[in-house]
Amino acid sequence: MGVPVTITVNGIQRQDEVEARLLLVYYLRDTLGLTGTHVGCDTTSCGACTVLLDGEAVKSCTVLAVQADGHAVTTIEGIATDGQLHPMQEAFWAEHGLQCGYCTPGMIMASIALLDRLPRPTPEQIREGLEGNLCRCTGYQNIVKAVQTAAEQLARA
Amino acid sequence: MIPAAFDYAAPASLEEAMALLAGHPDDAKLIAGGHSLLPLMKLRLATPQLLVDLGKIPDLRYIEEKGDHLAIGAMTTHYQVSISEAVRRRAGLLADSAAVVGDMQVRNRGTVGGSLAHADPASDLPAAALALGAQLVARSRSGERVIAAADFFQDIWTSALEPEEILTEVRIPFQDGKAQAYEKFRQRAGDWAIVGAAVSVARRNGTIDRADVILTNVGPTPVRARAVESALQGQPVSPEVVRAAAEQAADGLDPAPELKASPDYKRHLARVLTRRALERALQIS
Repeated sequence: MGVPVTITVNGIQRQDEVEARLLLVYYLRDTLGLTGTHVGCDTTSCGACTVLLDGEAVKSCTVLAVQADGHAVTTIEGIATDGQLHPMQEAFWAEHGLQCGYCTPGMIMASIALLDRLPRPTPEQIREGLEGNLCRCTGYQNIVKAVQTAAEQLARA
Repeated sequence: MIPAAFDYAAPASLEEAMALLAGHPDDAKLIAGGHSLLPLMKLRLATPQLLVDLGKIPDLRYIEEKGDHLAIGAMTTHYQVSISEAVRRRAGLLADSAAVVGDMQVRNRGTVGGSLAHADPASDLPAAALALGAQLVARSRSGERVIAAADFFQDIWTSALEPEEILTEVRIPFQDGKAQAYEKFRQRAGDWAIVGAAVSVARRNGTIDRADVILTNVGPTPVRARAVESALQGQPVSPEVVRAAAEQAADGLDPAPELKASPDYKRHLARVLTRRALERALQIS
């Protein structure tokens, strides 16, 4: 039996009937076709599925779609404006903060949430803040650099 | 991994939630942040017939100073607790332990009430709740009762809550002036504690009046390190006293072996983390 949900995703209000056990990440990927949010470990560890729920970073493999009813979700598809990449996306590009790119959407969403709370983080605060996001190829050096670069950009804006 | 199918209800009030539980005493589960329950449901270790979501009940998220204690709504997240100025000032140990639960995303969803009600001996808040002398408020259609943290944790994943009861509030006596800290050791970022130590020390004129030392993940419930507490009581605060007391942290401990830690290793960690927590709390080294 479906449960009606109203979820604002990337600024667009969506109304759907979903199975209660549907995880938010599969609602985004399979129901809405927003495949930018990745499933990595599926066990709340790797952070690849990180999205913003009412502006806070959450792991969407551990949230039911029905729990997001009445709330706003932002995914990696929703952060560029008018074809302009978000400063965090620009910074990951400029600093080579990715290699295979699998963890990148989650890294970027978590980093945006981190800067929202801590606009000028130290490298150590960035590492602690991104503790819930695992990258298996670049190592974290350039990811930390990217977040620092984005912080500087956003401070200037 | 997909949970087994279940019926879902999102009551708008506590009364409605209590009625739902009363109608399904054996097969309903409450979901708060879901960061303990959903992983178990995805593994199908938990297969509730009815899931009652507390997320639409507006009045379970608050942190209030009330007379002699802090009142924290059960749906308050670890993040909210960790940054609350009132919690830092009145019950520093709770903020200290909430700040190291899981990772940023987990702390944004996981709740104080959910974590305590789940009664996992490897989670960080139960030890802190014991060391803080917390009182847990449980409500059902038959009324309200207040359970001391010391009576709340009964076995692994087993609390004193009755099937019809909802944990609604955590009360913590003001801890002003006490020296407190929580230390945990984990193998990987964001992981559970292999062992943790929550300490709270009350001093009078440079002498230790009372010490509460509670260990995480060395038994089926949080474990009080009585030998350490008695070794500290009545003693002056000094590095030697702390070191000698912490050496007794593993006395009588019989932790179960885990893949990543033998009983001996856990006993070693209990001693080291107790010393580190006491040293940080008392600002000595």
